[in-house]
Amino acid sequence: MPEAYDPKDVAKDAIAPTGAGGAMDLAMSEAETLEKNPGGPLGTGPQEKARSLWTDAWHQLRRNPVFIISSLLILFLIVISLWPSLIASGDPNSCQLSKAHESATSGHPFGYDAQGCDVYTRTVYGARASIAVGICATLGVAILGSLMGGLAGFFGGWWDGLLSRLADVFFAIPVILGGLVFLSVVVSSTIWPVVGFMILLGWPQISRIARGAVITAKQNDYVQAARALGASNSRMLLRHVAPNAIAPVIVVATIALGTYIALEATLSYLGVGLRPPTVSWGIDISNASQYIRNYPHELLWPAGALSITVLAFIMLGDAVRDALDPKLR
Amino acid sequence: MLLEVRDLQVEFRTRDGVAKAVNGVTYEVDAGETLAVLGESGSGKSVTAQAIMGILDMPPGKITGGEILFQGKDLLKMKEDERRKVRGAEMAMIFQDALSSLNPVLSVGDQLGEMFIVHRGMSKKDARAKSIELMDRVRIPAAKERVSQYPHQFSGGMRQRIMIAMALALEPALIIADEPTTALDVTVQAQVMDLLAELQRELNMGLILITHDLGVVADVADKIAVMYAGRIVERAPVHDIYKAPAHPYTKGLLESIPRLDQKGQELYAIKGLPPNLMAIPPGCAFNPRCPRAQDVCRTDVPPLAQVSEDRQSACHFWKETLRDA
Amino acid sequence: MPELTKEIADAHPTPTAEPILEVRGLVKHFPLTQGILFKKQIGAVKAVDGVDFDLGAGETLGIVGESGCGKSTVAKLLVNLEQPTAGEIRYKGEDITKLSGRALKAVRRNIQMVFQDPYTSLNPRMTVGDIIGEPYEIHPEVAPKGSRRQKVQELLDVVGLNPEYINRYPHQFSGGQRQRIGIARGLALRPEIIVADEPVSALDVSVQAQVVNLLEKLQDEFGLSYVFIAHDLSIVRHISDRVGVMYLGRLVEIGSDREIYDHPTHPYTQALLSAVPVPDPDARLHRERIILSGDVPSPANPPSGCRFRTRCWKAQERCELEVPELAVPAVFRLEGGPTAHPSACHFAEEKQVVPESDES
Repeated sequence: MPEAYDPKDVAKDAIAPTGAGGAMDLAMSEAETLEKNPGGPLGTGPQEKARSLWTDAWHQLRRNPVFIISSLLILFLIVISLWPSLIASGDPNSCQLSKAHESATSGHPFGYDAQGCDVYTRTVYGARASIAVGICATLGVAILGSLMGGLAGFFGGWWDGLLSRLADVFFAIPVILGGLVFLSVVVSSTIWPVVGFMILLGWPQISRIARGAVITAKQNDYVQAARALGASNSRMLLRHVAPNAIAPVIVVATIALGTYIALEATLSYLGVGLRPPTVSWGIDISNASQYIRNYPHELLWPAGALSITVLAFIMLGDAVRDALDPKLR
Repeated sequence: MLLEVRDLQVEFRTRDGVAKAVNGVTYEVDAGETLAVLGESGSGKSVTAQAIMGILDMPPGKITGGEILFQGKDLLKMKEDERRKVRGAEMAMIFQDALSSLNPVLSVGDQLGEMFIVHRGMSKKDARAKSIELMDRVRIPAAKERVSQYPHQFSGGMRQRIMIAMALALEPALIIADEPTTALDVTVQAQVMDLLAELQRELNMGLILITHDLGVVADVADKIAVMYAGRIVERAPVHDIYKAPAHPYTKGLLESIPRLDQKGQELYAIKGLPPNLMAIPPGCAFNPRCPRAQDVCRTDVPPLAQVSEDRQSACHFWKETLRDA
Repeated sequence: MPELTKEIADAHPTPTAEPILEVRGLVKHFPLTQGILFKKQIGAVKAVDGVDFDLGAGETLGIVGESGCGKSTVAKLLVNLEQPTAGEIRYKGEDITKLSGRALKAVRRNIQMVFQDPYTSLNPRMTVGDIIGEPYEIHPEVAPKGSRRQKVQELLDVVGLNPEYINRYPHQFSGGQRQRIGIARGLALRPEIIVADEPVSALDVSVQAQVVNLLEKLQDEFGLSYVFIAHDLSIVRHISDRVGVMYLGRLVEIGSDREIYDHPTHPYTQALLSAVPVPDPDARLHRERIILSGDVPSPANPPSGCRFRTRCWKAQERCELEVPELAVPAVFRLEGGPTAHPSACHFAEEKQVVPESDES
């Protein structure tokens, strides 16, 4: 085997064998075969923990401050979107016009908006819609996208041609224009039209990633080895290809989650996203933007909450990528 | 002496710890001489070469000691812009994988010509003429027509010739060839090695040939340095080493080549694996795999002992090894 | 372990000269296409273009040749990873290229493969136990569920790895150890034939010998037949009973190891053997080397007649017009002896290129 030039390779070649604390002792020529003993000469025996990609990745994530900060933030956001009453006692839709544009008072730290609603309560309750849209859209996109991309990549040929062109068609639709046209004809006060629209336009992104990852994984000798053993297509796909292709999909999906939250706000701002009485940061930003000169605080709080949420998901995606990217390992 | 490496030490600092890739390497090459550096993966043979060329990735690599004297001057004490003048013009390197060493979006003529434009300040037209001349020199047929083709339009052997042409462009005093024929087929390998040896004679260059192939070494080298776990374990003129190795590792390598009279028998195999560079065994790094190991081998690092005037071995028991051979 | 050994040994009676595998007129062309959705064939890469050989039970057949000669495609055809364009592969008299479904699965059990690259041939997401045990999941009839773990541990022991490492992942092993794991997977179904495609070329020199020894040990223990594909001529000579030399999709010469190495009659074999560097510095002075000119032509557009003629120093007009058959050349047919072996050359003549061995 040629010697590695790359320091990373030097590390891999020379270090990997002992990655788990001494694979060296696994080394046995014929002469040694007789003297091997279960505990291993250096005492690395069965207690030795096996390290899969996921345990390795988790081990690395745990030590990454970016991951810790972003995941604590996301955990907090999820908790308040499930139980907003934990930190906000009022009703976001009970507003008194008489209090319009009033500034902060005790118990109402963010003041009131144009309708006389409490900005703090609305900001807290707004998290629910954003997080729900983000998670549902991402799940949908990830499932549909990896299914389509996975099939295209694994079967190739005619399938690939058809699915890839279909993905191109959806990829070509401008998001904002598509949203304005498509969502303005659907009237609903739930999050589902927005989520559906995002899935429809978002799946090609994941599908391309999944297709590439599947094609790369498919070319590995271990897939050929399984085929030579007589493994069925579904076995090769589920046992050998999918587990080795899923990492990039997870990374891209995590980063995309943040952008879907931002997209929801954009669509709501344009009046085609979520609609009242749903409480959403996008709607509040839209309303507050009319009064930005005189009452900037009304814009600041929902916009700030939105930015922090999007940032948290993108940071999480970055940390996950660092942990899963085989090139950096 | 053209090049002298003295007690070179290189480390790699990785997330999992410090890997000691080179632990005190000393060798020299004179003009017109071929030194073969023999070793397995992780022996530090390529890292040493990268340190000489000044193309080591730092970080994670770090040169922690030693000196590299090129024509009497220590390269490690030079400023980066001084070194850049040496690189390419005075010493050049040939890599194993010619396809990834050539830029796929530039024609081979552009890449060859660049050497003359950058280092010699030639005009584009003159540089092109020079490129064609070089391609003729490494015996690429129809050089005039092929000069504007791209790397992927050449076969593996032809690409390696282009790499050789690039290395030779400025007629350097020293060439470092890192596994230059490993990726090539045997019949093409023979063509390329012959070409390299011939050009070396013609230009009286020093050649450091890095390889793991004992056959190639026997074919072209004047002297050999055998490396193991970042150290030189044996240095000797080529004939001596094949006749009677003075280090058990060299002996093991030579014996593990299948021989005609061994047909049907078990091949000699060095037991175990090369060590982990983050935990090199104390004493002699080869001791866990060595059939001759004694207590002293597990505690004391063997120095390079003088076997004869131009020969050294880093084994506590070199006399016994030599006697048995 | 001894139990497994015995079982397998019982399944395979003592080796005989009866061919276990007969390959006839094997052809594999890969179509070259243009267009994305509507593909149009514009040519074909003739990777394998008419190959015949037999493999005896318990025998090792080495196949050598340079990159692009089609030797790896032959390996894939033998284990049914590729479908041949034409020709037959007869396993114990039955043509397996026509099989499908259950019958194919049954035959696959008996012909297993060991791959070249120990880094890509093991699934990094599976433990060693899962990798070696996967054959049993695909062919559950071979081993009942309860006995699998034990069988896997026996296999680890057979290939010289510690059975306790069953729960480890491939990246915790070195190249040589991974190759042992790959070999254990190949042995799991107790095949009769193992096709090894460059099994040691990715390994360090000092580890290569360990793996070659293991393969030889296993052959004796389990009565395996090997098709051993490699470009390292000295290792092929060490392990093979017979050797076939391939060039551009065809076998150009085939015979026993002595016939090929000591009495080659095809110019390509002679050039190939003479080009191998000899680990003896004294040899460089008096060794005659045949340095071929040029590169191997593209298999998409091979030369007419004899495919080697574009690089051959003996080539004449006849070579351009007439395809030489792989048969014992007429000049040697009567005299017999080691030169009388199949060689596809119109002008076959013996030429010694390797220092002669003591036995010849």
